[in-house]
Amino acid sequence: MMPFNYSRPRDVSEAINLADATTRFIAGGTNLVDLMKENVVRPGRLIDITGLGLDEVEELPGGGLRIGALASNADLAWHPLIESRYPLLSQAILAGASPQLRNMATTGGNLLQRTRCYYFYDTGSPCNKREPGSGCPARSGLNRIHAILGASDTCVATHPSDMCVALAALDAVVHVEGKAGKRRIEFADFHRLPADAPERDNQLADDELVTSIELPPPQFIAHHCYLKIRDRASYAFALVSVAAALELDGDTIRQARLALGGVAHKPWRDKAVEAALVGQPVSRETFSAAADLLLRDAQPLTHNAFKVRLAHRAIVRALSDAAIGGNA
Amino acid sequence: MSPSSSTGVELHCIAFTLNGDSRTLNIPPWVTLLDLLRDELDLTGTKKGCDHGQCGACTVLRDGKRINACLTLAVMCDGANLTTVEGLATGDELHPMQRAFIKHDAFQCGYCTPGQICSAVGLAGEGRANNREEIKELMSGNLCRCGAYTNIIAAVEEGLPQSRGELDQGGAQS
Repeated sequence: MMPFNYSRPRDVSEAINLADATTRFIAGGTNLVDLMKENVVRPGRLIDITGLGLDEVEELPGGGLRIGALASNADLAWHPLIESRYPLLSQAILAGASPQLRNMATTGGNLLQRTRCYYFYDTGSPCNKREPGSGCPARSGLNRIHAILGASDTCVATHPSDMCVALAALDAVVHVEGKAGKRRIEFADFHRLPADAPERDNQLADDELVTSIELPPPQFIAHHCYLKIRDRASYAFALVSVAAALELDGDTIRQARLALGGVAHKPWRDKAVEAALVGQPVSRETFSAAADLLLRDAQPLTHNAFKVRLAHRAIVRALSDAAIGGNA
Repeated sequence: MSPSSSTGVELHCIAFTLNGDSRTLNIPPWVTLLDLLRDELDLTGTKKGCDHGQCGACTVLRDGKRINACLTLAVMCDGANLTTVEGLATGDELHPMQRAFIKHDAFQCGYCTPGQICSAVGLAGEGRANNREEIKELMSGNLCRCGAYTNIIAAVEEGLPQSRGELDQGGAQS
């Protein structure tokens, strides 16, 4: 690890005023410390935000919930309000990492995880995300875990989070604060596709701090499913994951949400697919057609063509399980 | 707040409770809790396996919660209550989870064992694992490359109720 300076601000404005392109905020540190050990990230200063509070889960007047950015993944997954009103989120969090890491990792930090692309981590390799303009060895190299949707010539990395897939499906809103003030970012807009700037994972400015995540009033309590497919039964990143949520009127779909992890540079949502599900009967044919539509533009690489079929099957199974009210 | 050593490195003064004892140290910010425990404080019970948060050999308890010491900066433990495997026993009396691991022969080489035991004690405090399947899932952050899992799960299953009893009585230092 390269030497760095360390600050422990007492409030949000002090933290923001310390922040610039050479600094990083740290809370759980589960990804950042690892990236620093590998010299992938070399901040001049760490700004320790663990003394800022920001760990409350509060009910909002309209029926929604505000989750402090420093609430740990474990506390959030097992929070009574999350388990009872947003069980999809609880399931997704518990599908990720290990109990030790969930005790450390925070809600805000989970959003800011970097990809686990091998070439991003290997400082001996070029990588457009790590060193813009240096190239992407994953395109022609080992790309079994990489993206099948929304990738670019410069980057085929995937976003690693499970929690974010559920937050995308639930239409969460990210609250941030920077030197220019506060703003709210719809979850679908928070993370970026790589395009020609894969070094930028999200829309945050260097001095912007995630302060909370807002959830809209609960829906889909009866019909949801988080399905995660991985190389071993626990403690592994998703090859493909699916957050599915339905509102049903008898056997007719009134509303549908579908978000995928492990397939793109951000949690993948396709509003056209969700719209196409509305008014359709609950059936294997309906769900298979939705999967066809969602994967219509999939572009597999040398080693990850299996993800297209896997994603198709996972979508059908997750929607089916959601319809019968279970969770895989 | 940040005294400088003779080498010009910025040091930070931190204080925490470690296995029941108060400690005050001046450290550079890039020292991990794992390296501090092993290299500076001679507490080598906590093991360095992968050093990347993937194996769980470095598991310790911070304020009663299990964490990976390898991904924890020691400077961020100011004010914490830390327990390592050396702090689980009371004098010569082993912690119930330690006794359960011995009874079930829940190891082969033993390298992952301190992390397994600390993780299982943390698990007891979470109050979640109510059957074998849940124990397996909630112990998945601790790898055993000897593959002693069958006996580890048996030990944890037996050790959990007694460990919870210990927690209720405030016996553990976590």
